[in-house]
Amino acid sequence: MKRSASSTFRRAWPNVTAVILFIGFVFPVYWMFATALKPTGDIISENPVWFPTDITFEHFRTAFGADNFWTLVRNSVTVTVLAVVFSLVIGLAAAFALARMRFRGRRGFIIGFMLAQMAPWEVMVIAIYMIVRDASMLNSLVPLTLFYMVMILPFTLLTLRGFVAAVPRELEESAMVDGCTRMQAFRRVILPLLAPGLMSTSMFGFITAWNEFPMVLVLNKSPEAQTLPLWLSSFQTAFGDDWGATMAASSLFAIPILILFVFLQRRAVSGLTDGAVKG
Amino acid sequence: MTVQTERPPSGPAEVLKADGGGSGGPRKQARARAGTLAPYLLLLPAVAATVLLLGWPLLKDGLLSFQNLNMGQLIQHVTEWNGFDNYQEVLTSSDFWRVTGRSIVFTLVNAVLIMVIGTLVGLLLARLGKRMRVLLLVGLVLAWAMPVVAATTVYQWLFAERFGVVNWVLDKLGWHSMADYSWTGSQMSTFFVVTVLIVWMSIPFVAINLYAATTTIPKELYEAASLDGAGPWKSFLSVTLPYLRPFLYATTFLEIIWVFKAFVQVFTINGGGPDRLTEILPVYAYIEGVGNQHFGMGAAIAVLTILILLVLTAYYLRIVLKQEEDEL
Repeated sequence: MKRSASSTFRRAWPNVTAVILFIGFVFPVYWMFATALKPTGDIISENPVWFPTDITFEHFRTAFGADNFWTLVRNSVTVTVLAVVFSLVIGLAAAFALARMRFRGRRGFIIGFMLAQMAPWEVMVIAIYMIVRDASMLNSLVPLTLFYMVMILPFTLLTLRGFVAAVPRELEESAMVDGCTRMQAFRRVILPLLAPGLMSTSMFGFITAWNEFPMVLVLNKSPEAQTLPLWLSSFQTAFGDDWGATMAASSLFAIPILILFVFLQRRAVSGLTDGAVKG
Repeated sequence: MTVQTERPPSGPAEVLKADGGGSGGPRKQARARAGTLAPYLLLLPAVAATVLLLGWPLLKDGLLSFQNLNMGQLIQHVTEWNGFDNYQEVLTSSDFWRVTGRSIVFTLVNAVLIMVIGTLVGLLLARLGKRMRVLLLVGLVLAWAMPVVAATTVYQWLFAERFGVVNWVLDKLGWHSMADYSWTGSQMSTFFVVTVLIVWMSIPFVAINLYAATTTIPKELYEAASLDGAGPWKSFLSVTLPYLRPFLYATTFLEIIWVFKAFVQVFTINGGGPDRLTEILPVYAYIEGVGNQHFGMGAAIAVLTILILLVLTAYYLRIVLKQEEDEL
């Protein structure tokens, strides 16, 4: 009797631990959405309402109606998308060179970009503030775009190098035998095979730029020039203890990233193996 | 960062030798020269952007740290060099050393928690059946994907003084003095919240990558170990751990570096308060430099912080490069 109980325990504990861990990791995310959808009465109740029954969108309306909300959405999207696209373009060129060509200093370039990937941007804000101020570009989206581009460039470039290296060289060579120039071979053969790689790489760049906080905190003080992270961090101060609205704002900010991450992660992983196996 | 399985570039290098001239007409030579230049031209935009927008701010930080630059000088656009005064002031102030010590303890506590729990969760993932594994992976990915600033506001709400879930649970568990506890009221409780937040959001990276690494361990190694009469613990020590060691080293350093510069979490939870007691080095540099407008001082603190990070990064890159030696 005792023996079978202990063997049940031995078989059950990994599953029990897994469920407890699952709840621990998911609860904050769940609580954000649950609070955002609850009427205020259920939020400020002596006992928490664990499962919202009467769903309301009033908090989302408050968040949408906040000053400048749509301007800030536009700012965030503009800065993030441009930074990602620029870094993909110049990163891909460099990645091609590093993956496919032999030249003096190649190893040095790779190590240099590895170092750049670890750059302590959080600690450089004072110098960046001075540079941007001297250029009279405070409260502009241009410096933000450029700095975000360089922030995500090393990762983009080093990851793409892996994807380019995974495309069989023979494909490119046979295209060149068939009369393509190197550029045509790249455009017609390599680029299509790189699509999944480009997608997953841009996903990480997107997340970094979308989340960036210290730099925009220092550079763009004027309300119309801010981005969503800055807005969200001040939302609680601005709206006092309106936790419903604060959680609605957090949800709005998090949803694009959560969707991207969950969808693209699987795709990125399969893209990586596809790229290596195909051909 | 992802763990990638890159294929090293196959085949010999196709170098078009420019100096191999002699044979072939001048046209061929010109083409050969373009061939040697091509990689540099392709790298040029990336290198130029990095040097200009990363190198220049780093240099500027160094220059600013030798200047007396406060509000007055800032407005009048004057440059007053003052040699090593900023460094002397920083290095002799007890504040700086207190913040440095605090940063080190904070980083170590977080990194140890992240690595130990993350490794355990990763090993658990390897042990689970398919359905439970997918469930736990979904939870981990959600926490991983949560944007930092959104996560900090959620944690502020979870730990809120009134109507926060954490205080309610502690009260119900019989700890009644916690019913209206203000978590941001003291140094230790603020650090506690920040630590829970950082550990929560960092574990998924460690756990998922560690799990991915365990799936690459050849099964034969375990079979051989069990033939030698090794139990589960013994085979863990003699097969799993040695196999994962390089991964664990690299990840530990990565986590140390990330926690050491965890500006956003510390700053947005409580702004380095109460009474500046939870400032870690990046926050200290920001508040001294930008907040109190001692830009030169702030730059000196930033340079010292960057130097510490540079040492850590050098160690990290050495570990990574050793693993990837054949791929470079």
